[in-house]
Amino acid sequence: MTQSHPPQQTEKRPAGLFGRLREKLAATQRSFTRGLSDLLLGGRALDDSLFEELETLLLSADVGVETTQYLLKGITEQVSRKQLRDARAVYQALRQSILSIVAPCSRRLEIAAARPFVIMVVGVNGVGKTTTIAKLARRLKNDGHAVMVGAADTFRAAAIEQLKTWAGRLDIPVIAQHTGADAAAVVHDALNAAKARASDILIVDTAGRQHTQAGLMDELKKIRRVIAKADPAAPHEVLLVLDAGTGQNALSQLAHFGEAVGVTGLALTKLDGTAKGGILIALARKTGLPIRYIGVGEGMDDLREFIAEEYVDALLPAP
Amino acid sequence: MFDNLSQRLQATLKRLRGEGRLTEENTREALREVRMALLEADVALPVVKDFIEHVRAKAAGQDVLASLTPGQALVKVVNDELVALMGAANERLNLAVRPPAVILVAGLQGSGKTTTVAKLARFLQEREKKSVMVASADVYRPAAIDQLQKLAATIGAEFFPSRTDQQPENIARHAVDEARKRVMDVLILDTAGRLHVDEAMMREIRAVHAAIEPVETLFVVDSMTGQDAVNTAKAFDAALPLTGVILTKTDGDARGGAALSIRQVTGKPIKFLGVGEKTSALEAFHPERVAARILGMGDVLGLVEEAARAADKEKAQEFARKLAKGKGFDLEDFRDQMAQMEKMGGVANLMGKLPGMGEAPDAAKAQLGDRQVKQLVAIINSMTPQERRFPDTIRGSRKRRIAAGSGTQVQDVNRLLKQFDQMQKMMKRMGKGGLQKLLRDVKGRLPGLPG
Repeated sequence: MTQSHPPQQTEKRPAGLFGRLREKLAATQRSFTRGLSDLLLGGRALDDSLFEELETLLLSADVGVETTQYLLKGITEQVSRKQLRDARAVYQALRQSILSIVAPCSRRLEIAAARPFVIMVVGVNGVGKTTTIAKLARRLKNDGHAVMVGAADTFRAAAIEQLKTWAGRLDIPVIAQHTGADAAAVVHDALNAAKARASDILIVDTAGRQHTQAGLMDELKKIRRVIAKADPAAPHEVLLVLDAGTGQNALSQLAHFGEAVGVTGLALTKLDGTAKGGILIALARKTGLPIRYIGVGEGMDDLREFIAEEYVDALLPAP
Repeated sequence: MFDNLSQRLQATLKRLRGEGRLTEENTREALREVRMALLEADVALPVVKDFIEHVRAKAAGQDVLASLTPGQALVKVVNDELVALMGAANERLNLAVRPPAVILVAGLQGSGKTTTVAKLARFLQEREKKSVMVASADVYRPAAIDQLQKLAATIGAEFFPSRTDQQPENIARHAVDEARKRVMDVLILDTAGRLHVDEAMMREIRAVHAAIEPVETLFVVDSMTGQDAVNTAKAFDAALPLTGVILTKTDGDARGGAALSIRQVTGKPIKFLGVGEKTSALEAFHPERVAARILGMGDVLGLVEEAARAADKEKAQEFARKLAKGKGFDLEDFRDQMAQMEKMGGVANLMGKLPGMGEAPDAAKAQLGDRQVKQLVAIINSMTPQERRFPDTIRGSRKRRIAAGSGTQVQDVNRLLKQFDQMQKMMKRMGKGGLQKLLRDVKGRLPGLPG
């Protein structure tokens, strides 16, 4: 069944991407960016109150206590060595340190030769896994891959219908059973179907789960085992979806999911809505895991590849 | 929730317990730690600053009672401030209007609105004996209406059907009409998730609100939200006259900073907590108990309440009779006990409420998982009634049969029998007038309980 919904008009403007990211991150800019430029580009003297306000800004942006202290320590050391002489230089130094923290994380997802290339998508409830999968599937399809989706969220009421609606609009096959079915069995079916139809990529949706619920995490491990049985190298990517509005708990989510199923990449959703998003910096510093995608809006094109320079430019525009 | 915050605060305050006096020096050190703990728990920065300032002022002032050691005094100040931060007592829903009482639910995407609507409906049906209808004005997220319909069916609530090509405002109006026609006590309206900075969407929900004039407008917020929680809450509160907050996903390890901040910044009470995936997992929010839990004093009241609600009275009485006789506690009773525990939200939930458990290592808590309980029950279920009554008759071949029947190993069966044996011995001791003594022992370990 092909549906002729043109999914949220697509505007491909690679040249304008940069400007659009800045526009999309308007909310983030409003408080964090403006706060920083007001503080540091207004010609203020380098004194304790300035550093305290800088600390406040970073903490309020969810950068977290540790990473904030790390950033401030670097800057105050440079100041005491007289390497930074005014607030403008502090702004530049901050830009530079944030860039050096996030730069190692901008590594794009390479689709290796394995067929099917299996992407397992995990995360806590409500971070936007299913929507992210829809956008990701569309992106990969546009890149010329034959994509299939396995609906292994068999717990949440109507999760399968939600995925099917998306897939219908995108004309992408979904392998699903009924709500309440064994998730691992669905994955098994999906793997067979992907092989039979020679799909390039299989994206596996999983039910949202609290990372502290041991039983539910065991279920996730089982799904991973089922995938690995079909191909020992699979899943080729375990993508953890995180809500950018999450506070320091995101680190705990990553630790738990990482331990259970070996997360290999991150997707940060809803970065447009939060005035913060500093958790991205904390995640980058703590783990260095690749941040594959950021979600900056509700449109189908609003799942972007994470590019460190672009992000830092949007967050702290060059003065 | 709150466990991490609780651990941090307890460690800090414990260090102070060893001190002879509360000096400016050690207070400052402790308060710096408290500040860090609160920030790491995602408490909003302005709230943290106020909080620390209040505690500092009170600790330095005349409020220290003579009978307390300085460490205790600081704990008391922190506790009082925590309570003040969250509001003093549980605030119930206001449903005292001409029916239907309309409840509007709003929040960001993914905060858990739809699940919460179902939980709230079930809560009102079961605890308040209300007839409840639910409706969805979420015309954007694919299958959102479908999701609510399915949830409504599982909890036996009335569902008002809507379609994605309708206007949310019209859906709301028709749902109210229908609820009135069908003489429902309560109508709960689910709405689409929206960003507080999305002006068009905020206009839409204002229109919905104006059309149906709900008696309760509840803001649903994820307990894992970071510093932005207060901004979001403020923005929603400015757009809609909120009457309360529901905090979701508190069964994870979120440190609950949002809970501490939102009340302070908006002045709106937190009315409920979402505590799990099931539709029964909704608890009324009791700020005074949560403050105690954060400081490691345990939510004993919550425990007692849950026990009273979940316990099957008849079975409890029969159990008490058996206890009094000091014999006859058999595997059947053992299984019932386990089932009761399940009803109260499982072992893990209960443990979280016990005093001092905040300090227990996570690994230890995990071991006492609900999975073990399920295994025990499975083993007992694989026995014949005769075997349950006379466990002594269970020997080699019976053990093998039971293990095979319950999908376990003979060792597991042995372990169960041993545990049961120990329990039986304890029961016998309690039966022989030992119950009083046992209770005294337990009470000695509970701080803050009237002796």
